[in-house]
Amino acid sequence: MTMDRRAFLAGAGAAAAASGFGGRGAAAQDAIVVAGILDGSGGLDIYGRPMIDCMRLAVDETNAAGGLLGRPVELRLYDAQSELRLYRQYAVQAAVRDGAAVVHAGITSASREAIRPLLRQYRTLYFYNTQYEGGVCDRNAFCTGSTPAQTVARLVPEIMRRWGKRLYVLAADYNYGQITARWVAKFAREGGGEAVAADFFPLDATDFGPTIRKIQAAAPDMVVSVLVGGAHMSFYRQWAAAGMKPRIPLASTTFGVGNEHHVLSPEESEGIVACYGYFAELDTAANRAFRDRLAAAYGARAPAVNELAVRSYEGFLLWAEAARRAGSVERMAVIEALEGGLAMDGPSGRIAIDPATHHIVQPVYLGEVADGAFEVFESHPAQPPADTAAVCDLRRNPDDTTMYEIDLDI
Amino acid sequence: MDVAAVAALQLLAGVAVLALIGVGLAIVFGMMRVINLAHGEFLMLGGYAAIGGHALGLNLWVSMLAVAPLTVGAAGWLVERLLIRRLYGRMTDTLLATWGLGLLMAGGVSMAFGNTVRGVSAPLGSFAIGDFGVAVYDLVLIGAAAVVLLGVHGALRWTAAGLRARAAAQNPDMAAALGVDPARVHAGAFTAGAALTGLAGALLAPMTGVVPTIGVAYVAKAFVTVIAGGASAVAGLLSSSALLGGIGAAVSYVATPVLGEVALLAAALVVVRLWPRGIAGRFFGAPS
Repeated sequence: MTMDRRAFLAGAGAAAAASGFGGRGAAAQDAIVVAGILDGSGGLDIYGRPMIDCMRLAVDETNAAGGLLGRPVELRLYDAQSELRLYRQYAVQAAVRDGAAVVHAGITSASREAIRPLLRQYRTLYFYNTQYEGGVCDRNAFCTGSTPAQTVARLVPEIMRRWGKRLYVLAADYNYGQITARWVAKFAREGGGEAVAADFFPLDATDFGPTIRKIQAAAPDMVVSVLVGGAHMSFYRQWAAAGMKPRIPLASTTFGVGNEHHVLSPEESEGIVACYGYFAELDTAANRAFRDRLAAAYGARAPAVNELAVRSYEGFLLWAEAARRAGSVERMAVIEALEGGLAMDGPSGRIAIDPATHHIVQPVYLGEVADGAFEVFESHPAQPPADTAAVCDLRRNPDDTTMYEIDLDI
Repeated sequence: MDVAAVAALQLLAGVAVLALIGVGLAIVFGMMRVINLAHGEFLMLGGYAAIGGHALGLNLWVSMLAVAPLTVGAAGWLVERLLIRRLYGRMTDTLLATWGLGLLMAGGVSMAFGNTVRGVSAPLGSFAIGDFGVAVYDLVLIGAAAVVLLGVHGALRWTAAGLRARAAAQNPDMAAALGVDPARVHAGAFTAGAALTGLAGALLAPMTGVVPTIGVAYVAKAFVTVIAGGASAVAGLLSSSALLGGIGAAVSYVATPVLGEVALLAAALVVVRLWPRGIAGRFFGAPS
């Protein structure tokens, strides 16, 4: 058999075209790729691992119920190992190589801001499922966690009603801690009280002795902790060791989402009051069923769940529901469906997308630690994201991409 | 009056913690000139040994005062045999090897126990000075630091092994000529240093909890304290802990904890600039 050069090139070109386009066509026919980038190891894994487990559960349940738009969903999980560099790398990989329909990613605000511009640049929809300080205004991003105007706004009046007017704030020294401490001071002042002091700590600080002496000297009515991560858990130990537990009560905006109450002894965490969009102990049918499914899926190693974990579950379901309504996973169609007053009943209660801010109108709950678990004693349905709403309106200004630092005037 | 007493106690506790963190390194690095960048991980291992022993049902004090130093001492002995011994006199190689060892230890402990915080409550409760509550455990730390430093001082001064150790540190060639085997002395010193480091890690665990990565938080402080102290294990460590710990605690108290850390490091810079051989090298003469 002979073959001239022209015939060979034509044949090879046709074969390449067939395999190339054919491959693409087949891929588009079967799985919808969804990416998750979270910290499954390293210092932030106390937050990341339950989030990963819950996101996987949401995808598995969707597939078990017949998939999405008649296609299976394939979850690509990336472990960012608590490193910002890896967040950027994996975000590009998820957007470009995987062609992910949506990326659910990020725990700290720093990791979110590392990848949010990238995902917008690559026209890939982004979900951030962590409670944070508020202020993100980006039509390509949806923030499903609670923000200070939802939680701190309920927590501070409650603890002032219980304990008095003088608050002492301890916070992690980065944007979440700094900004949340200002929110605490603002709500304290609005309630006729005062934040007498605010101390900030690097994330690796473990010695709280001098601070505990300072607090004793200032004699506040209560201490509000905005401390973050494993090292800061030392504070609760040292506070209890100094015998302060029965003398000055504690409230926190972060205690519990790292499952601190499971790690510390019951005496060290007893009586701490916190406010979130979800508690594992919520006594509702939806939450009991969710906990049962989680236990069935993971058995003995089922994660202890909290707001971050449950929003990773609900965040995926919100996106999937929007895709169903849009009849497509195409980015703009899904965004428009999400903006069309999308709401759902999840384990945390009824949550709805706020179209103007891309944040969540959600119930918040107040809980108090008793015997190593939270006792939920109050709930407030349908709290709007008033903090972000004060600075952000994506309907009027759809090209906004700012991360606003909300001016609190204090 | 109460304020002064409580502040003084806080200052002492800060100094004691620095002394405990540094004492093992003072022997290994300060005296024997072996850089051990895995020092922080030895502290971490001590914490895990104590908490692990306690979780297995042992008395907390037994776990802290016996299990932890024995475990980490044994680990130190092994590391000396397999690694350090082959690298004596090669500073850069030792630095790299022990850094790698630290990563390996942190990774290994993560795999065994998970990368999560573990801990026990500080025992003994608290007592009151006026309106202030103070943990009895702070006093335990101060007492333990005092006992450890006195013990090391006594062992170096008044025992035959201590004499050989000082001789090998000051002039290894002359010591060898006089019949001291420097290799054995080094091995003994490294093992003893590791055991003391394990004890320190165990004593700190109830106050801070342990994570596999906690070593990083300690190693820089330990090196800063030991280098600022100079070659004398006890006098140098004590003086630099007192100076740096005192400044750190005082600034944390009047300003913020971040400035406290900054002040501690700034003070160390000034000390090393003024007296390159450390406080002890400047004020206490030859290494003891």
